Amino acid sequence: MTKTTLSRRGVLKSGAVAGAGLALPTIFTASSAAAFTNEPTGGTVTLGFNVPQSGPYADEGADELRAFELAVEHLNGEGGGGMMNTFSSKALKGNGIMGKKVQYVTGDTQTKSDAARASAKSMIEKDGAIMISGGSSSGVAVAVQGLCQEAGVIFMAGLTHSNDTTGKDKKANGFRHFFNAYMSAAALAPVLEKLYGTDRQAYHLTADYTWGWTQQESIQAATEAMGWKTVNNVLTPLAQTDFSSYIAPVINSGADVLVLNHYGGNMVNSLTNAVQFGLREKQVNGKNFEIVVPLYSELMAKGAGQNIKGIVGSQNWDWKLEDDGTKAFVKAFGEKYGFPPSQAAQTCYAQTLLYADAVERAGSFNPCAVGEALAGYEFDGLGNGPTLYRADDHQCFKDVLVVRGAENPQDEFHLVEIVEVTPVEQVTYDPEHPMFAGGNLGECNPGA
Amino acid sequence: MLGLNRKDTAILLVVAALAIFAPIILNLFPARSELAFFNAGYPDLMQRFVIFGIFAIGFNILFGLTGYLSFGHAAFLGVGSYAAVWMFKLLNYNVVPAILLSIVVAGLFSVVIGWISLRRSGIYFSILTLAFAEMSYRLAYSVLTPLTNGETGLQVYTDDPQVLMQAGGHIVPHLFGLEMRAREVIDVGPWQFVFPVGYYLCAILMLVSFYISIRIFRSPFGLMLRAIKSNQTRMTYTGLNPKPYTLAAFVISGMYAGLAGGLLASMDPLAGAERMQWTASGEVVIMTILGGAGTLIGPILGAGTIKYLENVFSKMNEGLLHKWFAFLPDWVESPVIWVVSKFTGEGWHLMLGGLFMLVIIALPGGLVEGGQRIMRLFGRKPKAETRTSTEPAE
Repeated sequence: MTKTTLSRRGVLKSGAVAGAGLALPTIFTASSAAAFTNEPTGGTVTLGFNVPQSGPYADEGADELRAFELAVEHLNGEGGGGMMNTFSSKALKGNGIMGKKVQYVTGDTQTKSDAARASAKSMIEKDGAIMISGGSSSGVAVAVQGLCQEAGVIFMAGLTHSNDTTGKDKKANGFRHFFNAYMSAAALAPVLEKLYGTDRQAYHLTADYTWGWTQQESIQAATEAMGWKTVNNVLTPLAQTDFSSYIAPVINSGADVLVLNHYGGNMVNSLTNAVQFGLREKQVNGKNFEIVVPLYSELMAKGAGQNIKGIVGSQNWDWKLEDDGTKAFVKAFGEKYGFPPSQAAQTCYAQTLLYADAVERAGSFNPCAVGEALAGYEFDGLGNGPTLYRADDHQCFKDVLVVRGAENPQDEFHLVEIVEVTPVEQVTYDPEHPMFAGGNLGECNPGA
Repeated sequence: MLGLNRKDTAILLVVAALAIFAPIILNLFPARSELAFFNAGYPDLMQRFVIFGIFAIGFNILFGLTGYLSFGHAAFLGVGSYAAVWMFKLLNYNVVPAILLSIVVAGLFSVVIGWISLRRSGIYFSILTLAFAEMSYRLAYSVLTPLTNGETGLQVYTDDPQVLMQAGGHIVPHLFGLEMRAREVIDVGPWQFVFPVGYYLCAILMLVSFYISIRIFRSPFGLMLRAIKSNQTRMTYTGLNPKPYTLAAFVISGMYAGLAGGLLASMDPLAGAERMQWTASGEVVIMTILGGAGTLIGPILGAGTIKYLENVFSKMNEGLLHKWFAFLPDWVESPVIWVVSKFTGEGWHLMLGGLFMLVIIALPGGLVEGGQRIMRLFGRKPKAETRTSTEPAE
């Protein structure tokens, strides 16, 4: 169809152009004088805060960003210093990090792996960020952690609860302070046994992605170990907003416990639907029907309103804890923003301080030196009690809270009450536990 | 040159020059200055410019020439990405098999979808393609998780087979040993220019794609496609069967999308299901219309504009705005920042929407028409030739 006009001269010319084009990239080869990616040279150091500003986890993202801003203020010696005063390590002086003033850039992950990686890349390539933190979903955290490993910067994970982040997908450059699905299950199981007995039929609704699966797997394993039976597990799409069609079959399934492996807006919607269907007033097998939400947060409780009353779940941290670190943080956060912080804010704040402190102790911004300073590090005073950053998988080990929706909350900040603080020994697991096996930290990568 | 007339050769050379010197053109502002925020000359964004340029060029062959509006082209992009990452997982990190397979797989996929969807035209065709793409997205997101790794996205793990991988081989995508992320950084005074290898590979492929697209536009085949757009019924009555032509155009543009997907994966070896979502399909439609559908250079301009807005404006946070508007008195600053912040940061979509409406209403021919009007304003009457080659979509 196309008329081709091949002449000898034409072919030669196009050949030459093509050859020149192919040769072009070989002129440029990797070379850099810096010892590692984005070595800070001036009087400032740049951190990248990559949080969801749109999409289902935008509320969490906004709170994370507040915490990051507060942490940067405290690192630079502005504000009261917050948890820097209660932190067991005294390496931080309030003069930035190693005397360099801390700057930050922000980006929107949109809770999509692709968008999150694009945003993190622009922070690393354009803004010269030496550390990336944030994230409100495990898919995003795993994707960005992989990117940071390749690029040679440190990733301080924010809100990510999936076992995979420090299990199957763990990376030498990635660190997680937040707890995980296994820990939730290990902390919840004894409380569930105490409250609801050992003879229960559980029905799971699970968000259909990495976090949902590992959460469901963990809860099922922990509850079956104490004698519960699992009737069914139904996967729901992440974008689902109306769960009526998923709730209806629960009623006739013979189950007497509904486990909602949902988070954020998903959980608010599924719980609301479940309560509207009258599940909480039902009697099945001669027992009260119960609903369990393994991962809880104040923000979700606010979204679910009345429906959250009496529902049990687990949390990484709560602002109503009584230790000095928590008090100092809640005071600083409350003074700046006028309301108490969420657990997402606390983990992001703690991660930023931990990173800065590790740099000070290592005496270098080199990701390998920082990683070495963080691995196996024991600290206290950041709100969770004595905590260990385990060297085997870069996961923090600390107490886990079991909480319940308050029956008569005095205001919107007291929607959740602490039932029990599960000690760290009970939630500790072997790094080679089957739910975490298969991963490999690999070598730390300083890039450049 | 290369079988093109003078006018088209000029366009090709302009695009080539823009592509080659992009690292300099896009880093207009010195690296440490305040305005450096507006620089776009970093590897990831430059690669996105040309990759989405390829995507939009391909889309324009279907939409610009035949007028068939596909709302599901992102599916081919996604399929291409998955194919490429699977090549990395099974063979090794060489990008050549990955890119080839991504084109082939996207081509096959578009034959199937095209064959079914093209039984209808107009809005029904658009809805069919949209349905197929959304179906692919849902499948990739959950049902086909063993194949796509679901929400987390398909990644390469150290325990993947990688049968062609030798000990100590490259662990990042490379072209026969030349790593995609390798780059040369040149400092000229306060300016800093980055010349990444990956970008130049994408740019060369973009130029090849652009050249092929020009040849299609100027060929008898292209004329047939235009005939389908202007009056398909008349074409049928003259005894021509439009179906093979539309299917060919559909498959060609699907292969372009596959190439773009393969390149995305080659620059960053991760394939996420969101790449197939309907918003991604809508994006390429907006790119093409914003730049000027049916024009040669329009899609590239549209792709560049949108990616620039997405990556630069979405990073303007309130802290930054406070810094910029600090010179204003407080009572002016707060409302100004309040307004501006609605259009930047997470509000960049609003900015894009506004710009899109402005272009559709004031410049139906897209940015290309804007350029032409400015040219006319400065007294340079476009030659008759120019008008035929850049006639906007109807």
